Amino acid sequence: MKQDLGFYDYWPYENRPKIQWPGGAKLAFWVAPNIEYYELDPPQNSFRKAWPQPTPAVAGYSIRDYGNRVGHSRQMELLDKYGIRGSVSLSTALCDHHPEIIKQCRDLNWEFFSHGIYNTRYTYGMTEDQEREMIRDSIKSIFKHTNQKCAGYLAPALSHSELTLDLFAEVGSELFGNDAGIYTCDLFHDDQPTPIHLRSNKRFVSVPYSLEMNDTIAYVANKIEPRRYGQMLKDNFDQLYKEGSNSGTVMCIPTHNYQISCPHRMKSYEEALEYITGHSDVWVTTGREIAEYYLEHYYDESIRDIEDKLRQKS
Amino acid sequence: MTADKDYLTYPHRSYGMDHSSYEWSMLNERAPVAWPNGKKLALWVNINVQFFPLDQKSIPFPVPGGMTMPYPDLRHYTLRDYGNRVGIYRFFDALDKYGITSSIAMNTLVAQRYPYLLNKVVERGHEILCHGEHMDALHYGGQSIEEEAELVKRSLEELRTLSGQSIKGWISPAKNESPNTPQLLAANGIEYFCDWVNDDMPYSFHSDQGDLTAMPLSTELEDRFIIMNNLHSESSYKEQVIDACDFLLDEATTQGGRILALNLHPWLLGQPHRIQTLEQVLEYLSNQDAIWSASPMEILTAFKSQA
Repeated sequence: MKQDLGFYDYWPYENRPKIQWPGGAKLAFWVAPNIEYYELDPPQNSFRKAWPQPTPAVAGYSIRDYGNRVGHSRQMELLDKYGIRGSVSLSTALCDHHPEIIKQCRDLNWEFFSHGIYNTRYTYGMTEDQEREMIRDSIKSIFKHTNQKCAGYLAPALSHSELTLDLFAEVGSELFGNDAGIYTCDLFHDDQPTPIHLRSNKRFVSVPYSLEMNDTIAYVANKIEPRRYGQMLKDNFDQLYKEGSNSGTVMCIPTHNYQISCPHRMKSYEEALEYITGHSDVWVTTGREIAEYYLEHYYDESIRDIEDKLRQKS
Repeated sequence: MTADKDYLTYPHRSYGMDHSSYEWSMLNERAPVAWPNGKKLALWVNINVQFFPLDQKSIPFPVPGGMTMPYPDLRHYTLRDYGNRVGIYRFFDALDKYGITSSIAMNTLVAQRYPYLLNKVVERGHEILCHGEHMDALHYGGQSIEEEAELVKRSLEELRTLSGQSIKGWISPAKNESPNTPQLLAANGIEYFCDWVNDDMPYSFHSDQGDLTAMPLSTELEDRFIIMNNLHSESSYKEQVIDACDFLLDEATTQGGRILALNLHPWLLGQPHRIQTLEQVLEYLSNQDAIWSASPMEILTAFKSQA
């Protein structure tokens, strides 16, 4: 184990080169619905248990299935109402299990990125080759079922190895060159995109995907009341929008259909979406579009600024 | 370090579910359901009448709401028993005040221990569901089928005898099951069970002993889950029920009849400082013209008549 994996350099939030999003927007806003498949009886992983009860873990399994059976169409309709295209964090086995969901998202021109194959298969314990194979399988599945060259990654159930980001970028290049494997959602160190160091030196960025705004973190881990969650989303937006005048920020709402789409949670979510999209100078976009825009316009300038500041310090 | 080969093989990676207990089906793609008299939203209030034994065995886990202190945990034992002595009678008054129908999910041991309460429930005409033998008599993966078969049979036979009702509905303690639970329920005359929270409408659940109907009884909107598990305030609980009601009423206008299921615990909402919250919730619901307050069997019958 290492003290730090060296993905990024220390880069203070103040006095960075100014980012302006397309059309002069101050804030890039994206919503990342996690569309996941949890297995009823997954093989055991010695590092992490999939379910707290002996099989069948009815409570956990069935509420997650609720997300696909009931919740997905609710959230999809809501996002469409506010002109938001989802960036789907996808358990790619869902392409096989529930192709109807994939088709609905495709029809609305949503983005799909890899969230592993099942959310009950953890990266822990895999060799480098095994993890590479799992990632390759997931990217190929997305291409096969959606014709999209997977740009982003969020490790399944946030289970990482030291090499996760490297492997994702390398497999993306191997399959589709620089069209795939260009951003990660696995790091929570910033409110703006940041360049990531990889062993391949590929141009690769971290796109902010806020765990604090993640509905499952809010509702399950932090046990937030639904209306307060709606207020937190608005407060998060207000601050990032204000700061976006200095340099463009990113706001992400990561969601799960088994949380956000429950009938008692939809109202506060809708109010927040209405509030956010009701502002001017907000770029309502997707993870890939943020990553690509940043790579094209700000990546090199950011690298220079980071290196300048590191030199000034030393 | 290498993961086993089966960790990278996916035997169930194909269309539908990764098991054969029910079919994959998206709610918004099903034929719309119409409730009697043009109502949009069926309201199912279910009241859990529970016995938490003091000598809790916690096999295979401690039941939520059960004992947490060294024996004898009189604190939790008596707080739960409070619901059967005091809270439930406040519930009855609140239901009557707003004309709300409710079912009672009863541990069989409550029926045996408290005949006064059982008779009251029967007299008042509540549909009774079996809630297992008691809260520490869990059904779980790894339990022998012989042991569980005996538990199911004993719980149901005794409750049927004592209540005089045919008992067609079931909720497992902690909504936990073994792989055999559905078939044992079907073999013992159960028509519907409420452990699986994967839908907002009834659906067919297969077992080797015949099909059951899975009835939707939300855990996320349960009083115990919101107030005890999530530590939300009473006023937030009320808001959450109201927001759910409004949302489902709205969805019902475009997608057909829906069900608002409220799973309640007299030991929790029956406390003096919480009963008004329940009354306010029931008042709000009773003021909705499009709501049909019904028992689960009435809802299921109306549902099945259209399927």
